[in-house]
Amino acid sequence: MDALVLQALNGLDKGGAYALIALGLTLIFGTLGVVNFAHGALFMLGAFCAVTMQKILTLSKQIEDTSVTFFKAFKEVPYLEIWLGDTGRMLIDYSVPIAILLTIPFMLLVGLVMERGLVQFFYKRSHAEQILVTFGLAIVIQEIIKSVFGANPIPTPAPDVVSGSADVGAWIGFGDGLYYPYWRLIYLGFSLTIIGAVFAFLRFTTFGMVVRAGMQDRETVGLLGIDVQRRFTIVFGIAAVVAGLAGMMYTPILPPDYHMGMDFLVLSFVVVVVGGMGSLEGAVLAGFLLGILQSFASMNEVKAIIPGIDQIIVYLVAVVVLQVRPRGLLGRRGVMEG
Amino acid sequence: MSAATVDTLRRGNAAASVPAGDTASSRSDHIKFAVFAIAVLTMPVWLSPIGAGYPDLVQKFAIFGIFAIGFNILFGLTGYLSFGHAAFLGVGSYAAVWSFKLLTMNVVPAMIFGVLASGVFALLIGYVSLRRTGIYFSILTLAFAQMSYNLAYSVLTPITNGETGLQLALHDPRVLDGPAEAGLPTTTLFGMETIGYPGFYVCAVMLIVAYYVAMRITRSPFGMTLRAIKSNQNRMNYTGFNTRPYTLAAFVISGMYAGLAGSLMAVVDPLAGAERMQWTASGEVVLMTILGGTGTLLGPVLGAGIIKYFENIFSAFNDQVLGRIFDFLPEVLQNLMVTLVHPFVGEGWHLTLGVVFMLIVIFLPGGVMEGIGRISARISRSRSNRSS
Amino acid sequence: MTIFDRNVNRRRLLQGGVAVTAGLAAPNFFVKGAWAEEFRNNPGNAKSIKLGFNVPQTGAYADEGADELRAYKLAVKHLNGEGDGGMMNTLKPSSLKGNGVLGKKVEYVTGDTQTKSDAARASAKRMIEKDGVIMFSGGSSSGVAVAVQSLAQEMGVIFMAGLTHSNDTTGKDKKRYGFRHFFNAYMSGAALGPVLKEEMGTDRRAYHLTADYTWGWTQEESIKNTTEGLGWQTVNAVRTPLGAGDFSQYITPVLNSGADVLILNHYGKDMVNSLTQAVQFGLRDKMVNGKKFEIIVPLYSRLMAQGAGENVKGILGTTNWHWSLKDEGSQAFVKSFGQEYGFPPSQAAHTCYVQALLYANACEQAGTFYPPEVIKALEGFEFDGMGNGPTLYRAEDHQCFKKVLVVRGNENPTNQFDLLEVVKEVPREAVTYDWKIFGGELGPYKV
Repeated sequence: MDALVLQALNGLDKGGAYALIALGLTLIFGTLGVVNFAHGALFMLGAFCAVTMQKILTLSKQIEDTSVTFFKAFKEVPYLEIWLGDTGRMLIDYSVPIAILLTIPFMLLVGLVMERGLVQFFYKRSHAEQILVTFGLAIVIQEIIKSVFGANPIPTPAPDVVSGSADVGAWIGFGDGLYYPYWRLIYLGFSLTIIGAVFAFLRFTTFGMVVRAGMQDRETVGLLGIDVQRRFTIVFGIAAVVAGLAGMMYTPILPPDYHMGMDFLVLSFVVVVVGGMGSLEGAVLAGFLLGILQSFASMNEVKAIIPGIDQIIVYLVAVVVLQVRPRGLLGRRGVMEG
Repeated sequence: MSAATVDTLRRGNAAASVPAGDTASSRSDHIKFAVFAIAVLTMPVWLSPIGAGYPDLVQKFAIFGIFAIGFNILFGLTGYLSFGHAAFLGVGSYAAVWSFKLLTMNVVPAMIFGVLASGVFALLIGYVSLRRTGIYFSILTLAFAQMSYNLAYSVLTPITNGETGLQLALHDPRVLDGPAEAGLPTTTLFGMETIGYPGFYVCAVMLIVAYYVAMRITRSPFGMTLRAIKSNQNRMNYTGFNTRPYTLAAFVISGMYAGLAGSLMAVVDPLAGAERMQWTASGEVVLMTILGGTGTLLGPVLGAGIIKYFENIFSAFNDQVLGRIFDFLPEVLQNLMVTLVHPFVGEGWHLTLGVVFMLIVIFLPGGVMEGIGRISARISRSRSNRSS
Repeated sequence: MTIFDRNVNRRRLLQGGVAVTAGLAAPNFFVKGAWAEEFRNNPGNAKSIKLGFNVPQTGAYADEGADELRAYKLAVKHLNGEGDGGMMNTLKPSSLKGNGVLGKKVEYVTGDTQTKSDAARASAKRMIEKDGVIMFSGGSSSGVAVAVQSLAQEMGVIFMAGLTHSNDTTGKDKKRYGFRHFFNAYMSGAALGPVLKEEMGTDRRAYHLTADYTWGWTQEESIKNTTEGLGWQTVNAVRTPLGAGDFSQYITPVLNSGADVLILNHYGKDMVNSLTQAVQFGLRDKMVNGKKFEIIVPLYSRLMAQGAGENVKGILGTTNWHWSLKDEGSQAFVKSFGQEYGFPPSQAAHTCYVQALLYANACEQAGTFYPPEVIKALEGFEFDGMGNGPTLYRAEDHQCFKKVLVVRGNENPTNQFDLLEVVKEVPREAVTYDWKIFGGELGPYKV
């Protein structure tokens, strides 16, 4: 039973990441009708915001290690630590959460620039061409990151206070031995918050209402004299921020490298499609569903019955869902079907 | 169903997409075909100056040309975007290598098995996937291909030899060949070795055949039906015309092309690896087709050539090579050029590829073929200006 | 040579012309004996030879590939008599002269393996068919090594493997034209055994997480054999998909499995992720069966240690070589590499550098580039001064036997490169095994 609870938590955690990426993708599909193959790259950029923040905070005074003679070796002492002592150390310790200050404006900027500078010229072009251009962009972003940060993963630990495990068992009235890392719980809470915020924004603000109306019927809304386009540009920015935050918060779980966006790209498309094109609720639902199923399929008891099931579960679920429900779980008719 | 309606539909769409009259287009087709055949067969000669005339790369050009032509039969004609075509390539390779291992080193059975195996595989996957359209179809094909890849890499290792790839071994049975001599045998076409340039000519002939078949399919009533499906499947369905058999046929044919390409990879180099089925490989053929020009006959071949050229030649430029290229410049300029170009070649070849993708799709929506079209239009315009 | 034959066509004549030029040079060229045979990419009378360096330049191992390339460039420099000569000065016995190889200047070409068998083979073929290399080297995974090694055999061009750790490379998939200096999974197990016994005792329960492909399996098998030989129990061995990213679903079952040791048979990014996450799940703070829970990473590299950061502290594993070694050869290499690039070489760089030198040395020894003779010179070659103590290139399987390092993630690094500390240098005898246990066939000398 403990094992099941833990796997459920694992699944929710993974699902949180999937859902956040898929949410952004669906926003872009739904509003702009653009297939954004660079969305994984946005996730990766977010993660590198955390890396950058860490690098900034740990700008160090280099104290040469004289025992090494053939090349320059240093013991690095961050300036913050020298100047501010314990406060400085704490700031460095919190570099991942602090990176929010960098991630939100930076990703918003990236999103707006991307939409105005490139994507807007592809609204009327075929999906195949959208794929090609955004894929090209993803490669370019990726290679730039590689040339700056290298190809090796970069460790970005969570703050010390939350690096341990929480006694989840005690919280929910289960027995002993049910521990789960704080940071993963935080990630789960964080993803739920962001999802909630996006939905609330779309549902309860005038801006959101117009966007939702535009998603349903762009022309009519346009005829009403509302500048739909400007709002959609902002939506693109929001989608970029959501993907970026998902990536930034994921860094303590997955040390980021330049390629991580591609690894998530295919999966996030599967999530979006299983959820159903154009449905934000569907994207979130499918994200959590696939995350949880992936966790359960990896259990030894399951693998003993069907060897290798954990390798294919996501795709298998996609096939089954699309056979039973032609437009995914909650898809709308006519979106990206042609 | 009303045959007349369908006929009108077909004709209407065909007229829209085939500009010239029947006879004229057939003659120009045959001229184009002849030029294509000659160009393909002489590739080792005219590609040498740009460093691409060596056997392995011309083989790759021909093989991926076939792959892309086949992909275009599905995508270019019907508009169905498969994101899992690499699975058929992989199956073709595995079938061919198994034919080499169990039966004979002759390449003919290997190709036949490769094509058949991938045809059957495509029939199964196509049957399920074609129940959906648009992105739902794309994701279904992607899912099947990824399942094939993941399983081939891990639990199916007894059949696929996993990470290392399926290779020939000394103790393979090869029942039709009799006992092997010392060392591994090479692939043959009835006694003639098919590695190096002979291997290329096998691939080149298959490419020419593949091109011809694709040309005939495109011009046939079947091809027109496919294009009609692309322009408006719903309309066709409403008239009671069942499009499924047509799309399925296109899917299987294009899967068999991929199988042929896969088996040729094994013919020139008897090894089959699981990576051939990964989504990146499926994505590559999509990119090749769009880059070259979707729906054109020649475009996909050009797209395949461009991507393979980048992968094999650009990735090999290191500072030493760059220094040699810019040797004619004064030293300061030479160093400057090397520094400027450096990020785009060698380990940076991906960057160049990404930039090329973006530039082409931004400025030439119809891919390289549109570029060629524009240039030739300009030439003929200036010519007609001069004559008048 | 009948170039005056009337029936000769133009093409023949051209070929003949080349042969004549080569023939004129014959007296000084073929002095050493009867192998005046033609072979692929014979440099003949050319003033230089080309070597091919085929390393991952894109993908997850790009940094490792970059380091390999640095080492090769350094080796070429040293072979051509430039720089300080590095380990050329410490190799014993050495036939190297510092004037290229057999008097020919060494040039090189590079290529990108992308850590994919197909791409690696394509790149190697380009080097052989277009650039005319007489030897190629490199790589960062066993799948790639095995794939290009068989190509080497088909083409008759020697391949000096870079980083490949699977038993298969010099076991069931060994080839006459392939050589490996790097150690393998069996040797990792054999080296770890005594240290594990000393540090963790004989009563342990191990849980394996294994990358689900051939390298992972051979390592799991080798480590299992060792630990079970110590009397440890194996609770479970679970296969994980390559590039799983999040390993949480495989780590949580470990928590309550009763195991007190976790063995991560992962490499590269997979290892960085699985270790980071295992530590996050609090495995290292756990007490199980009254013992402190331990994690072992049988194959380590400095780049991986960098990627895993703090999590690596105190964790045991093995490496082929480490820059902090104090022997003459290692010092010479670290010195010239460090002065050239400003940081210490990785083990991948080390093995690639050594391979390039060993090949050159074998050519000098054989007095020819003719591969069968070079192969014979390498087979059974016993040498020292390359950073791993006395080393044997075993003739039967082309595997190098030398000491293996057991290392531990450094608790108190004194500088940014000081990530691993050497716990023990396990002598060569302790890691040597009978070549027959892995089967395989080398194949013929002449192809």
